[in-house]
Amino acid sequence: MQFWATVFLDGLTYASYLFIVSLGLTIIFGVMKILNVAHGSFYAWGAYTAAFAIGIISDNDLPEILFLPAILISAVLVGVVLGYIIERFILRKMYNQDIHLIVLATFGVFLIFEDLIIITFGVDPYLPYQPAMMLGWIDIVGLNRGVYQLSLILLATIVAFGCWYGLTKTKWGKLLQSVIYDREISEAMGINVTKVYVVTFIGGAILGALGGAYVAPTTSVSPGFAIDLVVLSFAVVVIGGMGSIPGALIGSLIVGLLRAFAVHQAPILELFVVFAVMAIVLIIRPEGLFAPPKARKI
Amino acid sequence: MKIKIFNKTTKVASASMLVASCLLAGTAFAKDTVKVGVVSFLTGPAAGVFGVPAKQGAQIVIDAINNGTMPAPYNKQGFAGAKMNPIFSDESGGGTKQVGLFRDFVEKQKVDAMIGYISSGNCMAIGPIADELKMLTVFSTCGTPRLYEEKLRSHVFRTQANAVGDSLAAARYITDMYPNEKNYTGINQNYAWGQDSYKFFELGMKQMSPDSKGSDKPQFPKLFVGQYGTEISALSLDKAKVVHSSFWDGDIEAFTLQAMVRGFFQKKIFVSSVGGSAVDALDKKFPDGIVMGTRGNVGLLARDDKSPLNVWFIKEYKKRFNALPLGPSYQYARSILAYKFAMDKAMAKAGSFPTQDQVIAAMKNIKFKSFTETISMARGGGHQAVHSVGYGLTKYNKKGKTPGAEKVKMYGPECIYPPAGTKSEDWINAGMPGAKCN
Repeated sequence: MQFWATVFLDGLTYASYLFIVSLGLTIIFGVMKILNVAHGSFYAWGAYTAAFAIGIISDNDLPEILFLPAILISAVLVGVVLGYIIERFILRKMYNQDIHLIVLATFGVFLIFEDLIIITFGVDPYLPYQPAMMLGWIDIVGLNRGVYQLSLILLATIVAFGCWYGLTKTKWGKLLQSVIYDREISEAMGINVTKVYVVTFIGGAILGALGGAYVAPTTSVSPGFAIDLVVLSFAVVVIGGMGSIPGALIGSLIVGLLRAFAVHQAPILELFVVFAVMAIVLIIRPEGLFAPPKARKI
Repeated sequence: MKIKIFNKTTKVASASMLVASCLLAGTAFAKDTVKVGVVSFLTGPAAGVFGVPAKQGAQIVIDAINNGTMPAPYNKQGFAGAKMNPIFSDESGGGTKQVGLFRDFVEKQKVDAMIGYISSGNCMAIGPIADELKMLTVFSTCGTPRLYEEKLRSHVFRTQANAVGDSLAAARYITDMYPNEKNYTGINQNYAWGQDSYKFFELGMKQMSPDSKGSDKPQFPKLFVGQYGTEISALSLDKAKVVHSSFWDGDIEAFTLQAMVRGFFQKKIFVSSVGGSAVDALDKKFPDGIVMGTRGNVGLLARDDKSPLNVWFIKEYKKRFNALPLGPSYQYARSILAYKFAMDKAMAKAGSFPTQDQVIAAMKNIKFKSFTETISMARGGGHQAVHSVGYGLTKYNKKGKTPGAEKVKMYGPECIYPPAGTKSEDWINAGMPGAKCN
């Protein structure tokens, strides 16, 4: 009982972390058909900005209750500023280009923003542990769990619910679904696709930055720490289906739970299981488990 | 007639050139500067608490030697009289990139020597190229024992002892201080350094505590993965109380943070062979009572050592960088000292500015004074250093407001390294014959 409960909770925590980051990636792909390698930059900048903000609060003995707002504001700030800059000044000039060129362009952006991190924040690691320390730990089935890390599950649930509600119950969500289904028809029907693109890209960027900002208090924020996460997020999105929001959720759960089981039972297979599942999905259903339907054009 | 004169002139010129060539081959001209490539991580996750402190340690010693302000026995100005012109380079990007950069340093920049390298993977990639290009190379930090146990090197030296001693000293500390703990496991990075470190810790435990038992599920997460929640759960459920780790840089910091907020260190005896950087980064928040090594008598464990060179180094480092030197700062500075020692020795023997071959000959088997002890290049055919390795329990010094250690035990090279010419694994499996421990 303790073993299975531990594996489940470990898997769920890791899946929550992956979901928040890969959701932004898949939304951007779903709407804009862009495989955004620069998503890792949002994650990294979110983490650094949050770490910086937490440092200011901590160094000035400001109330600890400000930690959470600081993390959320950092994510929004990074998402809006970087998302707008990249969409407005780079991607918008490339929408008619070959998809491979756009991927290369986002890769270039990723490298530039990695260097900008070093210029801005230096190479020393940031350890904004205060929020995680503040919340302490609780015992669940005989094992201590950091409350802060468990709160990732709550955050992911809120994000997932917010996305579901926003997409299915609001006018804006319906417009977005329309663009996902067919951009040209949507444009012909009078939807301002350019505006949808900007908002979508900024929204995706905020989610990427939120992942980084929220994880920052549990890790060493140092240059290059986003690279592995980007690779794993791609695996999640490929498994779930490029552009599918339920796919990102299910993909994250599959990766998180399988990885947790491997770490507990056969640690040597930890990464193997993740990429083996991805390979199997690619062979059996190349578009991913929950790829959204495509309009058939004649 | 004209032809005859021309022939005579040509003969004289040819003879002169021949004599000059012979002289050039035998001796180098005195130089004002020696150009040296110094390679460490300056970007990426390993830069902050490894690559940059390493560079800073090298800078302090290079400047002091260039200016003649280094304490004895390195108080003679210059490297064989020449000033060192260091070219600092970034180690990130992997072995293939580093091999390309190494070739560039040798063939285009015409350096006199190469010093540095932190990653074992990079050292294994650079070693054969250094021999092929006949470039004197002094490795400073990397630890894989394979570097010399697979093949002796002609142009490569390493002033840092290999990982075998770090792991065996950890096993000795555990058996000395916790003789009743018989179950152990580990969490190490999944590459040469991590796997070798745990392998030798396990081999050591089997010899030093024959009734001890290793877990069948030691953890080997990917390098720099950053999230260890699941691994911490798995280690917590494991009945082994002793947990060995050779995590370094961002990984040890992330792991410590995540384990700390779960009370992991209160339940386990955590043995970190190279986690000293995290102690300084987390300062007073770093938990007391962790078994901590620094790959030698350096960094955290050397703070109270009153050797004049060590006192000078700590003082200069604090003055210039407003921080205490970490393990890599010492390791890089030590390589510079070894290079100076060999250059001066070679010059004294040759009577003129030494050639590279003379420096290599002079560096073989040297015993040179380092910050806290004398280091012998006594393994790997005289190319590989051995030195003592210590472990202690972390203990924050509230009075001095600095991280420190207590119950420190130092294990000498004869205790934790095989005799010259013997492979580490064979020696340990044979019961470590001839080991002399205090």
